[in-house]
Amino acid sequence: MSLIELKNICKDYPIGDGSVSVLKEVSLTIERGDFVSLMGASGSGKSTLMNILGCLDRPTAGEYWLDGREMTGLSADERAWTRNHRLGFVFQSFNLLPRTTALENVMMPLSYAHEALSEQEERRRAGAMLTRFGLADRFQHHPSQLSGGQQQRVAIARALINQPPVLFADEPTGNLDSRTSEEVLRLFQELNTKEGITIILVTHDAAVAQHGGRIIHIRDGMIAAPETPGGAPVQGGPAA
Amino acid sequence: MKILRTLFTALRALRRNPMRALLTTLGIVIGVAAVIAMMEIGRGSSESIRTSISSMGANNIMVRPGTVTASGVSFGSGSIKTLVPADCEAILRECPAVRCVTPLIQARAQLVYASRNWVPSSIYGASETYLDVRDWTELSEGEPFTEHDVRTANRVCLLGQTIVRELFQGESPLGKEIRVKNVPFRVIGVLSSKGANMIGMDQDDILVAPWTSIKYRLSGSSMSMVNQSANTASSSRSPGDLYPASASGLYPAASSNSTLAVRFANIDQIYASAVSSAAIPDAISQIASVLRERHRLQPGQPDDFQIRDMTEMLKVLTATTTLMTNLLLCVAFISLVVGGVGIMNIMLVSVTERTREIGLRMAVGARARDILRQFLIESVVLCLAGGAIGILLGHGGSLLVKQFLKWPVATSPGAILTAVVVSATVGVVFGFYPAWKASRMDPIEALRYE
Repeated sequence: MSLIELKNICKDYPIGDGSVSVLKEVSLTIERGDFVSLMGASGSGKSTLMNILGCLDRPTAGEYWLDGREMTGLSADERAWTRNHRLGFVFQSFNLLPRTTALENVMMPLSYAHEALSEQEERRRAGAMLTRFGLADRFQHHPSQLSGGQQQRVAIARALINQPPVLFADEPTGNLDSRTSEEVLRLFQELNTKEGITIILVTHDAAVAQHGGRIIHIRDGMIAAPETPGGAPVQGGPAA
Repeated sequence: MKILRTLFTALRALRRNPMRALLTTLGIVIGVAAVIAMMEIGRGSSESIRTSISSMGANNIMVRPGTVTASGVSFGSGSIKTLVPADCEAILRECPAVRCVTPLIQARAQLVYASRNWVPSSIYGASETYLDVRDWTELSEGEPFTEHDVRTANRVCLLGQTIVRELFQGESPLGKEIRVKNVPFRVIGVLSSKGANMIGMDQDDILVAPWTSIKYRLSGSSMSMVNQSANTASSSRSPGDLYPASASGLYPAASSNSTLAVRFANIDQIYASAVSSAAIPDAISQIASVLRERHRLQPGQPDDFQIRDMTEMLKVLTATTTLMTNLLLCVAFISLVVGGVGIMNIMLVSVTERTREIGLRMAVGARARDILRQFLIESVVLCLAGGAIGILLGHGGSLLVKQFLKWPVATSPGAILTAVVVSATVGVVFGFYPAWKASRMDPIEALRYE
């Protein structure tokens, strides 16, 4: 069973009397342990696809199976639970809480998890996570006291604190210089190969997309030319 | 547990922007401070208004003898003398709702001092508690008479301001002797001015002396024409040794063969003061039962006395107190609504300002109700903190008023409790809309918000 399976996903936005179709019959399969880059120009629908995959948005039509569960029919609370436990998010602008220490930023998703941990246990886990990303001496720093690369690493620690199987990264290197970009992308590769975390990376930069094992091009709301690193183009649809 | 965690989150969020938290809570601080200060100052004022009104006699209860009806003809109030000084003592002893009590003998007589004379509207013989009963303990000069003066029927008296003006014309009357129906009385004190009473009678046109002196040394006390008691008393007026100083011999014993309902030491009235205006009904019923028992009245037999209270004054008192309370409630309510609207405004601004934070929290798994709870608790915490600061400020303010303006102030634990409850309520009520608005945000829109 694939980790993610999209079947004929459509997304329409109402505009005036009619509506505009952003995603048109997108079908896609992502396996456990994949490192997928979603590529496309702005307006291509890649962000919408990412929002649907991240359970932030619901498609107008189609099915979305995540780890054997149909997602489109879930209630808002169930989708919140899924985001908390099954998915991690990394954003272009880091989205760390200002005037809040790195440790507390990382702890934040834990407070929405169902199982109640003690404050100490939360701190321990968040500390371990930060240490793992080389921020052992930055626990009490506020985001404004951290460099871009450090902020993005705090954000990654936060995304992984609940040990989700899937990590979404929306233009994670958009606000970083090329050297730190390289560092962050290597980190993603490491997480992918060593921990087996499925990574879905959204970018418009071909160089960034190259880090992934598989690139999916999106054009005008459709999957254009999915290709594997091997170069053999595969037609849209279940790639498994 | 979950609530506690949310509380910490809320505190952390507030700590991130202390200036905003302070401004948000300012409305409640001012509101609650205003409420507390108004309540304390208002209660002080209403207390002092109440005291002034009750000094007009609102707490007083008058007991008069009953009427005689012979062959269907009623002789009117006071036509029979049934009250004796011992009734007074019994009332004070046995009625818990009565604070103090005095017998009262009324007389009408001419006062003479040097070449001037004057007939005061009231000459009262009373016990040393009279001034206490009337809330009139402040003398403008001199000293009140004492229990000893009453026991020994000393010829001393207190004068009201009107008499002092008429007889002494600027001189100090202290220590002077005036003659009351040719009996010399020494002036030992001057009452403070009380003005007219509710029906316009000059209350300062008064002479107060020990009731024993008036009763036994002065002839022609009131009612002397209609019953024998005063005659009995007056007949024993001149020989001084008939008034023994010992308590047991204070009143002449009733003669055993008397067939009339006449007691030798009867008095015209009993004046009592209830412990509070609310206790007046209790006091009346207690006095009635004590007197019925003492007068050996069978059930079904009519009272041989009448009890009156100052109903009209009581109404004024109650109306004033109610008015003050309602006024204070209005002020308090308006202040708190203003404070609450302030909280709501800044919470709304805060929600807008923190749109991205809300989006992020939703993206990492916060449910709508988590967001709602977070913002609600933030606003309740703000309101409670504001309430606490407000209580301190308001209390401090009222203490300053007391210190510098010398206004009466009464601390009100009720108002403090109310302020705490109300500020929490304001937090929930006015925090709800912004919190609800936050919880209904679309995470995608919120994350994209600049």
